[in-house]
Amino acid sequence: MENVIQVKDLYKLYKVGDEVVRALENINFTVARGEFVAIVGTSGSGKSTLLNMLAGLEGPTKGEIVVGGEHIEKRTEEELVTYRRKKVGFIFQSFHLMPMLTALENVALPLSFQGVSKKERLQEAVKMLQKVRLSSHKEHVPMQMSGGQQQRVGIARALVVDPQIIFADEPTGNLDSQTSEEIMTLMQKVVRDNQKTLVMVTHDDNLATYADRVFHIKDGQITKIVDNRREEGGKEDE
Amino acid sequence: MFTKEIMEMLTKGIGETLYMVLLSTLLAYVIGLPLGVILNVTDKGGLKPNAAVNKLLGTIVINITRSVPFVIFALLIGPLTKFLIGKSTGPTAMVVALSLSAAPLVARMVESSLNEVDKGVIEAARSMGATNRFIVFKVMLVEARISLISGATICLVTIIGYSAMGGFFGSGGLGDIAVRYGYHRYDFGIMIITVVLLVVLVLLFQAVGNRFASSLDRRK
Repeated sequence: MENVIQVKDLYKLYKVGDEVVRALENINFTVARGEFVAIVGTSGSGKSTLLNMLAGLEGPTKGEIVVGGEHIEKRTEEELVTYRRKKVGFIFQSFHLMPMLTALENVALPLSFQGVSKKERLQEAVKMLQKVRLSSHKEHVPMQMSGGQQQRVGIARALVVDPQIIFADEPTGNLDSQTSEEIMTLMQKVVRDNQKTLVMVTHDDNLATYADRVFHIKDGQITKIVDNRREEGGKEDE
Repeated sequence: MFTKEIMEMLTKGIGETLYMVLLSTLLAYVIGLPLGVILNVTDKGGLKPNAAVNKLLGTIVINITRSVPFVIFALLIGPLTKFLIGKSTGPTAMVVALSLSAAPLVARMVESSLNEVDKGVIEAARSMGATNRFIVFKVMLVEARISLISGATICLVTIIGYSAMGGFFGSGGLGDIAVRYGYHRYDFGIMIITVVLLVVLVLLFQAVGNRFASSLDRRK
């Protein structure tokens, strides 16, 4: 299968006073198209740093990140903005929906960053809200929706730009356990149906079971990779 | 007391005040809105922090202009007004002083409205690949619109107050009538009427502003 993400010898070092903190050390992995990967670790393990680097929000100290055949570690800030706009979708822990906009307008927003016409934006947004089964709430603003509903809007918004990769940072961190399960099931279904690659960061082992593969990260290093796909025998490597 | 002449004078006064206030508010926003955006964007933690620009604009231009009392300000820019309009009395001449002196207030109002926009939403837009221009126009100004309208109402009411002070320079409008009849001729009746008219104008604009702001609020 085609590799969408390829990470080679990735290091991220921070200098705090006289001390060097190794946020990430010797990270190597690949993610195939259509795969759902969970990066699991405690807070401070380096998982969010890793996500930020994959999304081009932070540069690595050393190493290579290839996304869709392009080295993103060498890109300028401007090129990274374009990369995120065209190839990446984001799902956030606190949803980060615009409070003044309706669900429909929120979903359409990323398209406006691409200069898509209003009519086309709203058409696409309607389709996306159908995918997350929230068509009944098109005209609701975030305050009128439950957390689960807001996150479904968040998922629709991530999908609307037809991204190569979707990044999710603790997508259920602000939801109760039952809603969390609904959201995970939905994310799993949506990425499968639409052949999207999903990289999710979480501290919750339980949620990680929804992923095809789970990368466990500790003190900046990947300690093990668990394959959940039963048809492949659930083998563990490393 | 309400002779035909006085009624005509008051009607003309209302017209002149409305003309001065509305045109000045518009021009103050033409100048102040971009300045407010620049202040917010160049601030520490803004989209494009730039301490030099922020200090120069915020401290030197805006704070200094704002600390000059309006009556003094209007006198000081007299020559500029004369150069632009060709005379230094009348409503149009007053518009120059009003809009220039209100622009820094507008800039501060806009800056603080934009400060209220949720930082998480801005970060989210940045993650989604929005350029700074899109973040300003599609996120910040949209999210802040209710606060911007409330701010505009405050500016408008402040400008009504300033415009009345213009009466001392023969600006025309209700303030002029109050100064001429009330102050110079001790005609308190007419002075009170102009004051009441000014109060009515303020209440009216405030009500319209509030109604407009709440019509944009879909959270209810």
